[in-house]
Amino acid sequence: MLTKRIIPCLDVRNRKVTKGVRFQNNVDLGDPVEMAVEYSEGGCDELVFYDITASAEGRPIDIQMVREVARVIHIPFAVGGGIRNLEDMYQVLLAGAEKVSVNTLAVENPSIISEGAKAFGRQCIVLGMDPVRTEDPRFPSGYEITIRGFRQRTGLDALEWAKRAEDLGAGEIVVNSVDADGTRAGYEIALTRLIATNVRIPVVASGGAGTPQHLIDVFKQGCADAAIIASMVHTGEYKIADIKAELAAAGIPVRKHW
Amino acid sequence: MIALIDYNAGNLTSVRLAFEYIGAHCEITRDPMKILSAERVVFPGVGAAGEAMRNLKEFGLVEPLRTVAAQGVPFLGICLGTQVILEFSEEDGGVQCIGLVPGKVKLFRPPDPLCKIPHMGWNAVEFRRRHPLFEGIESGSEFYFVHSYYPSPTDETHILAETEYAGIRFASVIGNGNLFATQFHPERSGRIGLKLLENFTNWDGTC
Repeated sequence: MLTKRIIPCLDVRNRKVTKGVRFQNNVDLGDPVEMAVEYSEGGCDELVFYDITASAEGRPIDIQMVREVARVIHIPFAVGGGIRNLEDMYQVLLAGAEKVSVNTLAVENPSIISEGAKAFGRQCIVLGMDPVRTEDPRFPSGYEITIRGFRQRTGLDALEWAKRAEDLGAGEIVVNSVDADGTRAGYEIALTRLIATNVRIPVVASGGAGTPQHLIDVFKQGCADAAIIASMVHTGEYKIADIKAELAAAGIPVRKHW
Repeated sequence: MIALIDYNAGNLTSVRLAFEYIGAHCEITRDPMKILSAERVVFPGVGAAGEAMRNLKEFGLVEPLRTVAAQGVPFLGICLGTQVILEFSEEDGGVQCIGLVPGKVKLFRPPDPLCKIPHMGWNAVEFRRRHPLFEGIESGSEFYFVHSYYPSPTDETHILAETEYAGIRFASVIGNGNLFATQFHPERSGRIGLKLLENFTNWDGTC
């Protein structure tokens, strides 16, 4: 049976893994390469690496760091942040990443999804989305897409955008709840479920993980195919193996051999 | 030297990095002479069967691949590389493939709409028989998959391992003599995948 993936997320700033709440008040947590090895050896199923300041600083993604991580881990590895065009995607893949994640770029230029899928295969192209809850009736799903690290609203409905990205050729969607991000109070289940049950590509839940029970909930009720975790492992409070043991005990298929 | 065949079918970096990590010397190439003289051949690939076959013909690689396969050179197919060594793929409206192993490549048609395509993630690989490349690996270990089509060899004895997805059990490893071909990505399957690649670098092509 296909197992549910647990994916630690490394938000990297100035070559350090960092974590904030809703992209604010970030604190540095450690060296990305060392943490990548630790999680990979510890049984995580994939890694995500975001260069969170590349866009804001108007520079390309830190390719050297991607290369260093790719050399030491041998599990799937997705990279995002600061991707500006097809050439940037190519450089990231050539450096050893398995997948490239686009977020703001895809909203501003949706054809990058189809161009990327055509050039590198759709399994390489991950759409990252940052939806925020809204009461505004213009958004039938109840969520509006934001970009630029939650700073800008787009007028796009979250579900419509997810379906459109699927049609354009995205291979996977990471649904990162703005409301839940960094709160450690649980994933945004309704949002995850809405997207996961309305597209035929894998959906990765992100934002809000604080306990193994939150993962159980997002897999069982949210229908997620994978879940991103950050603070709960970065702080050392939980080990991947312990989280997996709790998931397995709750009847969720997880990878047991590593 | 291990020849990693480059036919513009996806990114070969992770395959190269995995072999380098276990200390094996490999070279990314599409030079038929290098392929014909290699000690081992790795035939990877990600993408669609139609374009893969067009590229293989354009680069003059179909005959060299048949030759090394026939000469008993240890040969490892990965993902799309595994699919195109069968005779025919349903992808792209139907594609004639290399035909080193009799059989077809079929599309997953899951009855359950929540069953996602591609089959992406870690899934258990159940060994059907002993093989030198499975040494030191437990049957049922999970490997990393990304694919929408799956191999379906005609001859049951060519099925070396099976995996279940979308309501069917499919051949996740096929092989015959010096050919060993996985639908999953050993280069992205952690320590266990590296063990399989290491076994390949020590394999004499017999089983």
